[in-house]
Amino acid sequence: MTKFKLRLYITGRTTHSQRAIDNLRAICDAELQGLYDVDVIDVLEHPALAENEKILATPTLVKRLPEPVRKIIGDLSDREKVLLGLDLELLEKGKRA
Amino acid sequence: MHLPQELPKLATGIIGFDQIANGGIPKGRSTLLSGTAGSGKTVMALQFLLAGVRDFGENGVFVTFEESPGDLMQNVRSFGWDLEGLLAEKKIAVVDATPEPGEETIAAGPYDLSALLARIENGIRSVGAKRVILDAIGALFPQFTDANVVRRELHRIAAGLRTLGVTTLVTMERTDEEGGVGRWGVEEFVADNVILLRNRLEQEKRRRTVEILKFRGATHHKGEYPFSIDTEDGVTIIPLSAIELKQKSSVIRVSSGVAELDKMCGGGMYRDSIILVSGATGTGKTLMVAQYVKAAIEAGERALLFGAEESREQLTRNAASWGVDFEQAERDGLLRIVCRYPEVMGLEDHLLQMKRDIIAFAPKRVAVDSMSAFERVSTPKSFREFVIALTSTIKHLEITGLFTNTTSMITGGESITETHISTITDTIILLRYVELHGEMRRGLTVLKMRGTFHDKGIREYFIDDSGLHVRAPFRGVHGILTGTPTYTFDEERTRLGEMFRSSGPPERDGSPPDGRA
Repeated sequence: MTKFKLRLYITGRTTHSQRAIDNLRAICDAELQGLYDVDVIDVLEHPALAENEKILATPTLVKRLPEPVRKIIGDLSDREKVLLGLDLELLEKGKRA
Repeated sequence: MHLPQELPKLATGIIGFDQIANGGIPKGRSTLLSGTAGSGKTVMALQFLLAGVRDFGENGVFVTFEESPGDLMQNVRSFGWDLEGLLAEKKIAVVDATPEPGEETIAAGPYDLSALLARIENGIRSVGAKRVILDAIGALFPQFTDANVVRRELHRIAAGLRTLGVTTLVTMERTDEEGGVGRWGVEEFVADNVILLRNRLEQEKRRRTVEILKFRGATHHKGEYPFSIDTEDGVTIIPLSAIELKQKSSVIRVSSGVAELDKMCGGGMYRDSIILVSGATGTGKTLMVAQYVKAAIEAGERALLFGAEESREQLTRNAASWGVDFEQAERDGLLRIVCRYPEVMGLEDHLLQMKRDIIAFAPKRVAVDSMSAFERVSTPKSFREFVIALTSTIKHLEITGLFTNTTSMITGGESITETHISTITDTIILLRYVELHGEMRRGLTVLKMRGTFHDKGIREYFIDDSGLHVRAPFRGVHGILTGTPTYTFDEERTRLGEMFRSSGPPERDGSPPDGRA
């Protein structure tokens, strides 16, 4: 299984930010079994990075690898959508089958 | 007039706009610039940014939601605007909020647009910006599933920008020229100040107008003002009602080029006056222009002639036939002939070009032959605006202007040009055909001349190879101007007596000349 490179953009220490971090951690622990790198970027501290990646909304989770690059916005509380965005949905179904 | 507690304004630097906006847009606030596709929103917004850097030393940030920054900068390069250069010099900063093509965004829980606000704030800080434009914010909505969130967040961004003390121009596309200000209900968050741009099709001509709908807590001129977009100055607004009547009035007289006419006018035309020569085809209007130009040349003054009906060659040849050498005058730098057919562009563009020609050549006299030719390519309203603006330009420079007007009727009658511009001009000279005793004669009258006594008679005039000559008044003829003259000769009895005399009638003093050589 390929390693996931993920980046989570947040804006300051808000409830949205904290919830996104917690939700991401839970998903990664459950689904990616250590095969992942996550950077957490605070847009307020690193606006240039947000500029490069054209981030508008926060929280935004960017799946940088594996391709295709995909953005998942929101506090990641909708687990189904997050898995869909990470292309893990099929995997999960495969597992169940 | 003192206006208490008016909010401070920020001069935009867009030509003409600050006049109609009584100084500019409300400082430190957001102003919505709404218009249909192609109405000039982005150009005007970028001009606001550029003028800030160039004219006021105020840096700016542009946030683009629809067109990529590269495309935008490329598009305005034809105006000679070097945004890349300003970007490199850190005079402006760009925030690219355009959607990434082909990229899908999945929403998995609540979010806000804090990142966008943070990026805009970063841009403002990085260049010390005072001006911000948010271009095509409507394009933000389709990127997010929840329009309410976008609206709420835009509201927050507007509030954030206000805290930072920057003056913001927000552009937004609207679907119709009339009706709602914009789509998506954006007017709710920048409702304080709204400017509308329109690009209407009127009589097969595009006519651009700008209207300040409202400025909260600040004054502005009301109604629509025409504007033009061209590669030299970008957006130029023609601030009609804001044109100030503050030109000086001169008592210096200049010659019309026709000595007898000068005499009729009490010694010549005032130097800073506008003369309208009105008459049917063939009455000698273009000849009047030639003589007027000749008078300037002989006085060693520059004249600028705008031809709207005839080519330079035709004008030159005609003038030569009356003994005026236009070619020599052009070589001597005393004359410039500019021929443009009215159909080639809109009136606003004509006006702009003519203003530039006048400023560049700095003439003492301007002639437009004929003004009525411009009438046929426009609506009465825009024609009137055109004449007012051109007149005001000429008067401001304290130079003389002569316009010709072709009337449609051979004898008598009035035209739209006359009714529209007669109040604006200082002197009106009518040239009319007069049917008299079975012959077509020509009559001239000074209908009006401001600020001086003038001969009020209707004089007969002749045209020969040395020009136009004014002779004796028509006596005993009424109704020449209406086109249906009636005759009440004092010497009617004499005439009748002559008619029935058996021998041929001898010429008598006082009878009108018969025009035969």
